[in-house]
Amino acid sequence: MEFFRIRRDIPFMRHALVFNIISFLTFAAAVFFLATRGLHLSIEFTGGTVLEVAYNHSANLEKTRHAIEQLKLGEVQVQTFGTSRDVMIRMPVREGIKQDAVAAMAFAKLCEADGGKIQTKSYTTAQGEQINRPSCLTADGSEPVKLSRTEFVGPAVGSELAADGAKALAFVVIGIMVYLAFRFEWKFSVAAIVANLHDVIIILGFFAFFQWEFSLAVLAAVLAILGYSVNESVVIFDRIREAFRRYRKLDTAQVIDHAITSTMSRTIITHGSTQMMVLSMLLFGGPTLHYFAVALTIGILFGIYSSVFVAAAIAMWLGVKREDLVKAGPARDQDPNDPNAGAVV
Amino acid sequence: MNRYPWWKYLILGIALVIGLLYTAPNFFGEAPAVQVSSAKATVKVDAALQQRIEAALAQAGVKADQVQFDGSSVRARFSDTDVQLKAKEALSKALNPNPAEPTYIVALNLQSRSPAWLAKIRALPMYLGLDLRGGVHFLMQVDMKEALTKKAESFAGDLRGLLREKNIRHAGISREGNSVVVRFRDRAVLTQAQPLLADQLPDLTWVESTDGNGDLRLTGALKPEAAKRIQDAALQQNITTLHNRVNELGTSEPVIQQQGADRIVVQLPGVQDTARAKDTIGRTATLEMRLVNTSTEALEALRGAAPVPFGSERFVERDGSPIILYRQVILTGDSLTDAQPGFDSQTNEPKVDLTVDAKGGAIMREVSRENIGKRMAILLFEKGKGEVVTAPVIRGELGNRFQISGRMSSEEATMTALLLRSGALAAPMEIIEERTIGPTLGADNIEKGFRSVAYGFAAIAVFMCCYYLLFGVFSTLALGFNLLLLVAVLSMLQATLTLPGIAAIALTLGMAIDANVLINERVREELRGGASPQAAISAGYERAFATILDSNITTLIAGVALLAFGSGFVRGFAVVHCLGILTSMFSAVMFSRGLVNLWYGRQKKLKSVSIGQVWTPAAAPGTEPVAKT
Repeated sequence: MEFFRIRRDIPFMRHALVFNIISFLTFAAAVFFLATRGLHLSIEFTGGTVLEVAYNHSANLEKTRHAIEQLKLGEVQVQTFGTSRDVMIRMPVREGIKQDAVAAMAFAKLCEADGGKIQTKSYTTAQGEQINRPSCLTADGSEPVKLSRTEFVGPAVGSELAADGAKALAFVVIGIMVYLAFRFEWKFSVAAIVANLHDVIIILGFFAFFQWEFSLAVLAAVLAILGYSVNESVVIFDRIREAFRRYRKLDTAQVIDHAITSTMSRTIITHGSTQMMVLSMLLFGGPTLHYFAVALTIGILFGIYSSVFVAAAIAMWLGVKREDLVKAGPARDQDPNDPNAGAVV
Repeated sequence: MNRYPWWKYLILGIALVIGLLYTAPNFFGEAPAVQVSSAKATVKVDAALQQRIEAALAQAGVKADQVQFDGSSVRARFSDTDVQLKAKEALSKALNPNPAEPTYIVALNLQSRSPAWLAKIRALPMYLGLDLRGGVHFLMQVDMKEALTKKAESFAGDLRGLLREKNIRHAGISREGNSVVVRFRDRAVLTQAQPLLADQLPDLTWVESTDGNGDLRLTGALKPEAAKRIQDAALQQNITTLHNRVNELGTSEPVIQQQGADRIVVQLPGVQDTARAKDTIGRTATLEMRLVNTSTEALEALRGAAPVPFGSERFVERDGSPIILYRQVILTGDSLTDAQPGFDSQTNEPKVDLTVDAKGGAIMREVSRENIGKRMAILLFEKGKGEVVTAPVIRGELGNRFQISGRMSSEEATMTALLLRSGALAAPMEIIEERTIGPTLGADNIEKGFRSVAYGFAAIAVFMCCYYLLFGVFSTLALGFNLLLLVAVLSMLQATLTLPGIAAIALTLGMAIDANVLINERVREELRGGASPQAAISAGYERAFATILDSNITTLIAGVALLAFGSGFVRGFAVVHCLGILTSMFSAVMFSRGLVNLWYGRQKKLKSVSIGQVWTPAAAPGTEPVAKT
């Protein structure tokens, strides 16, 4: 089984201008959306309270919203989450109210709206673990709404996490640039980082356009993708270096074409395999990992494009030459005054 | 050419065995257990308690699969929930003679079923994070300013006493922010005072300046090391107090750790009642000092022959004997600034040194002067109930610093000092982050995580085997070995597995296959170029290695950045990601090569390798770039 029956080197670099224009346009679009719509940051970055509840019937969002609005917390977000019975409620930080009590108050209000009261339920599970939890119980003993998860993040912690995220990004960019400059050459280093940051901005652009929730999980995915995308570029550059050494008659554009063509199969298969794993996470991972998997998917797909075509095209435009990568043999043995210097038999 | 020396196979074999051993505990599941921990700050859990528990169980005819003492509690594992309940009743009766005032908390819990011999080689199951187990997470911020202000206040008081003692006339001592200011009228007095101040209060640095109205001032600011020391002590004190309080909730494996310079993380797996948890943690214990009532009525009351006299109250000492104290409170914990264990310089007996502030010192002086020979009790009040920590005899006039000694071992001295300090919480704490996860969500998350990893792995395995045939099988085995090693390393390090950790496992496996794809594609390329199979395998592995190294290092850079700057989700992801990259480098290259060498290595006249179809284009001259000399 061989999917990649390529007879000759595909002349990619002939279309380098087109590739770069396309990537520039998508980049500009992403920046535009980031600037106008902005990212929908999760409470981990802004501070606030999140409440996840599970109803034993299909949730009535209006009723839920009405109950929460009685707390006068300002703008709250109420939406279903996963199934139609799970509801997620986001409440902003509000001056004057003790922040960590907000979740409890909100749950109490929801319970009231469904005709129950909060009591502590003690029971032992079938495996033998003792559980005491506050439950909303109605007069007939049923639990109309159950608390799945609460999260409260103080505003100070939120801004710290945002700052830490920015520092992590800066560290990754600088670390990779230094490493690549070491291993190959500064032109490659610049080309790789530009192409892959372009990748990152595209992912952020998607999140801004669709207003998907940007949480710490998505940040982790973005940074992991950055590391992964650079892999691609490294594989291509490695081949370019090898091709410069082996095929001395070819010029830069042809060498790059050859490198891309010969690694094409490996690139597609690897990305396909990683995507299979990410697809599995998307389908089976549940709502918590959903946006994480979405960010990874966009990164993997656009990564092929940016790491392979854009990085190589930019490297070519920066004027990379054979001499940058293949150090010419030292001319120690040649005496400049010897008229026969450099003769090869 | 493709032969591995025997020692390389030995390394792989050892790695495989270690992998299996350390991954195994995770699959045994959990059994019902009973956990016994201390309910009172004054009572400690130790190995003697374990023996008591074993005896009590034997007496009740309840058989325990395993009884273990893990440092802060004793856990007994049973085969099913009925036995567990019987055991709980038996232990409650045996250990808590007075159910209204329990000395020990007996709680129902779960414990891993992995056998004891695995635990002996420290093969323990992975510690599951809150989002997989359900529980409560708090991040508490300690108000360090309060701690420093209190310290400055006490320095000011000390100064006043000091200068009065040495008869140095000053124009006023006050506290400004976190510094102490002493004003003098003339230079001579200042010069006289300076060496004294530097000597007696070494934690402060003194700066001279002139006041607006001509007075000379000495401003004492806390040295940075001293400030840091006080803050660290305040944080440690709070952590110790939290440990004691959290034990009351009966959780298994609570986590209380310092985070950064002034924050404490508290994680309570299995606890769902946030209100109760916050109550317990936020509670303050108070300290009181009262005189002991040794009149005849009181002695009668102790024997039980008469009621407690008016104006007194009955309490219980540490060893259980009753004691009658006057109701009047002489001193409270607010005045106590420090309590440290030590050794008496003359008798070499263990003792506890107490330091009170200036106001407290004055009160102590007066009370002790009038009550020499009488006993003074120090009480610790928790949840409204008081217990006498120690009731020494007043031997002389006491001042700011005094000691309690006699009839205590050095552990008792340390314990007493700890209890006295816990009565005075060093600095107030505030909750700045809170998370609760319900138990069903926890179990849900585990299931989802494992399903995604399993299906993803299966999909990759099927593809690799179809596309690369035998080499694909080897690659899949290497991937499986990678997973095994990763889980084993996480179990060995007792790292916490969270949902982002499972996501990192999935992603790492997806990225790890890259190395094998690189190798396989290279080998195919070499074969396409006409190399002999043995040479192709060798060249393929060699050429691919440099690329694999490069690409793994760049991914590692990203992983390390996430580890350094991350917290919460990001950190859980980063730890597993970085470990995964390291295990994948080992397994993808060494393990898969080992397998290939084992299979093909010895066949000298190897004709072909099973690597799928090696398609060669029909060679037309001039279409392929060929190396020409």
